[in-house]
Amino acid sequence: MSRSRKLHITDKLMRLLLVSAASTSVLIVCLIFLFLFREAGPFAFKPGLEKLLDSQWIPVSFQEEHFGVGPLLSGSALVTALAMLVTVPISVLAAIYIAEIAHPTEREFLKPFIEILASIPSVVLGFFGLLVVAPLVKTLFGLSTGLTALTGALLLSLMAIPTIISLSEDALVSVPYALKNASLALGASHLQTIFRVTLPAALPGIVAAVMLGIGRVIGETMAVLMVTGNSAILTFSPLASVRTMTATIAAEMGEVPFGSIHYQALFWIGIILLGITFALNIIAQRVLKKYGMMK
Amino acid sequence: MNNTADKFILFSLRLITYAIVLVVGYILLDIIKNGAPALNWQFVSTFPRRSGAEGGIFPAIVGTLYLVVGTIAVSLPLGVGGAIYLAEYADQGRFNTLIRLAIITLAGVPSIVFGLFGLGLFVLFCGFGPSILAGSLTLACMVLPTIIVASEESLRAVPKGFRDASLALGATKWEMIRTNILPYSLSGMITGSILGIGRAAGETAPILLTVAAFYLPRLPKSFFDQVMALPYHLYILATQHPEADRIRHMQYGTALVLLLLVLGLSLGAIFIRTHFRKKFRW
Repeated sequence: MSRSRKLHITDKLMRLLLVSAASTSVLIVCLIFLFLFREAGPFAFKPGLEKLLDSQWIPVSFQEEHFGVGPLLSGSALVTALAMLVTVPISVLAAIYIAEIAHPTEREFLKPFIEILASIPSVVLGFFGLLVVAPLVKTLFGLSTGLTALTGALLLSLMAIPTIISLSEDALVSVPYALKNASLALGASHLQTIFRVTLPAALPGIVAAVMLGIGRVIGETMAVLMVTGNSAILTFSPLASVRTMTATIAAEMGEVPFGSIHYQALFWIGIILLGITFALNIIAQRVLKKYGMMK
Repeated sequence: MNNTADKFILFSLRLITYAIVLVVGYILLDIIKNGAPALNWQFVSTFPRRSGAEGGIFPAIVGTLYLVVGTIAVSLPLGVGGAIYLAEYADQGRFNTLIRLAIITLAGVPSIVFGLFGLGLFVLFCGFGPSILAGSLTLACMVLPTIIVASEESLRAVPKGFRDASLALGATKWEMIRTNILPYSLSGMITGSILGIGRAAGETAPILLTVAAFYLPRLPKSFFDQVMALPYHLYILATQHPEADRIRHMQYGTALVLLLLVLGLSLGAIFIRTHFRKKFRW
């Protein structure tokens, strides 16, 4: 075989290998959907999907089991909403400071330092929450236990802060200089320019950042499992103990017999979680694309 | 123009930013201060005794390292290969859009859902059982998007002239990639990937369902064995252990070792990256 022919074959072969490597991500996404539905499937026929709409989650009982995801969904929603209430203003204001006000050398220090927060394992943050944040919440509000929705929300906020800061900062930095300079040339002050020109221009990017942050927070497992107290009740009080969807899967999966109805119900919770994060992700990408902020 | 108001707003913004820095610092200090006294050679080199209330965490460290190595072995070739395809071959076609959509989707999947997926596919369907293999494969799926994104970025940083020059001399596409692209982007790809994998080392939810055991009397012998892992060990010690209140030093020690491992991987990667950035400059 001639050398050039050999090269040609290698070239084709490598191309094929690389295409297959790239295709694995598509394959994995398909397999995730397939296998979640495969394990959860039988539940739809017996006892039927309407069981998931029950108002209680009592998966193990001597009388009648209840598999209502409502209380878990409300637990996740409450914790996420509280976390976002704390996170969004703090993160956006910090992003403004880092992107527009901080001195370049200051920025070089601030950015990686806040990024460290993102690499602290969630179980370590949960542990910190258990020993430091929970007692703090307990004394501050005079409660009998510090394991509340609020405690979980504060920890989740710590996890969402680096994500939202870093993405919002990208959005702020990508606002064209011409816009900022035009505003300054018209006599607007630095702060007026930031709040009336740069921030509105970066808003779609910030909205996308917040949505991705919500996705991360809803899917977080260990920290909320460790500090929210885990009672599956329908409540909207920040100082009550709640149980999220993720915590339910993590806490109960270890004890269920494979293939049981309870096992299938836990997979349905997984499907709901996947659906929510998938939708948030797609909408965030749409927003970014629509406003031409896609990288 | 109200100058005092401006100054007040500027001050508030700075205050908020540094409050975050302070909180990060406090968390790190708390773990280091309380974990350091527990750290000694015996702690990191012996097996736990009395279900983790005494003794060390040696098997959990080893288990986590096995999982990290397994995850790298699976995800690095796939991720780097996929990134090379996306950066060098793919055009703006449907297939390309599909792959990018898949990567974005994967990046957003909650870790516990990866756990369910690994349980359904690797543990049960493939019959691997709870094992290093199942855990590593699950974690590899999880870090794949991070590796692809980091690697693609590093590939795109190589100037276009390198490609044109090589192709103009008659190199095939793969020859061009092998000789003119990879040598300059490999370090960036690997460090970017380590950053992603470091995060996987600290993950608990996926390994909870696919590999982790709380106590094993001996080290794993094959890929089909279960292992102990640092994050899971910490979780059990802190929340399930009957003497949880009395073994805080063991918990803090485990947390510190895990933190050092994860941050060490990240810092190492960042250090290598700055080193290579200085080396290749165009």
